[in-house]
Amino acid sequence: MKYTNLEMLAIILGMLLVTYGIRFVLYARAHRTHIPAWMEEALKFVPVAVLTALISPMILMPEQQLNLDWHNPWLLGAVAAFVTGFWRQQPLLTILVGVVVFFGAKSLLP
Amino acid sequence: MNRLQAMRFGAVSTIPMIVGGIPFGIIFGSLAMSYGLPVWVPIAMSSLVFAGSAQFVALGLMAAGAPAWVIISTTLIVNLRHLLYAADFIKYVRHLPMGWRAGLAFGLIDEVYAAVRPHYQSGRLSLDSGKWAYLGAILSFYLMWNICTLIGIVAGEMIPDMSSWGLEFAMVATFIGIITPYLRHWPYWSTFLCAGTLALLLHGLPNNLGMLLAALGGVAAGMLTERFSHRERQPATSGKAAEATEEQA
Repeated sequence: MKYTNLEMLAIILGMLLVTYGIRFVLYARAHRTHIPAWMEEALKFVPVAVLTALISPMILMPEQQLNLDWHNPWLLGAVAAFVTGFWRQQPLLTILVGVVVFFGAKSLLP
Repeated sequence: MNRLQAMRFGAVSTIPMIVGGIPFGIIFGSLAMSYGLPVWVPIAMSSLVFAGSAQFVALGLMAAGAPAWVIISTTLIVNLRHLLYAADFIKYVRHLPMGWRAGLAFGLIDEVYAAVRPHYQSGRLSLDSGKWAYLGAILSFYLMWNICTLIGIVAGEMIPDMSSWGLEFAMVATFIGIITPYLRHWPYWSTFLCAGTLALLLHGLPNNLGMLLAALGGVAAGMLTERFSHRERQPATSGKAAEATEEQA
């Protein structure tokens, strides 16, 4: 490992500082902060935008290059979860179906 | 709802997210071990930083020997979305004393946001019961996250190839579970397709910058689609009324 204990502690405290800072800065001034209407409109789209951007490379580029083959267990699991989620809208069911299909595909497919 | 009922309601609403978080927490602990980090590093990250996807990215950067400032600034970028969750939640925490706001801010993560937010919107949670449900959601997820990190550390020591099992898929499935209920409305489809495609195209950019740009592009696409479809269907409606219709749905 390339870091001393002190360096790793500094990294973690730095991560704590920026993460908590992001989460707290608006709450700290909450009674005085006013969110303009256009921003409210934009905020609605943030969860879908961020979460999709996080997972789409994991699903379609599991080995760092585009893989649209149906043998790709990440793609199969994600499609199964997506269809279930869109159809039933129950997160627990969505997660379970996705995970079962992913591990099924991973162990059964060549 | 009294305090205890509200806390339990928050914790129960978080169960689907907890189920998805369990494998994710375990893989995090075991990955840290496979990178040869000291045991206290993943424990400190999970208990102090409490940010799943950022912790993953940080582990990868540490394994590659990246300088501290790169790891910390990448954490900032990956977690920037929490600022947007905070902006959305301000209306529900504005009335609370500083101590409450400081505590609730610590647990403002994707899963807690996804579990609690719909219940404020539907009216199941009031401003008063909401803070207890929000706290219950945080405590239950925090407890699971830290226990699973420990399990992962132990399991990683015992089963060396565990990090190749693909347990990260649980995060993908959880996020799909969060996204799909939004897709009843066309503007969210624009967001979904645009953010997903841009993230693939920009994947090569350093320090997760591609993810951030893809997210911004997704938000812009959603807003444009919404403006456009309202102008077409209801030329007389103001943006405010259009928003109200969307809120109800």
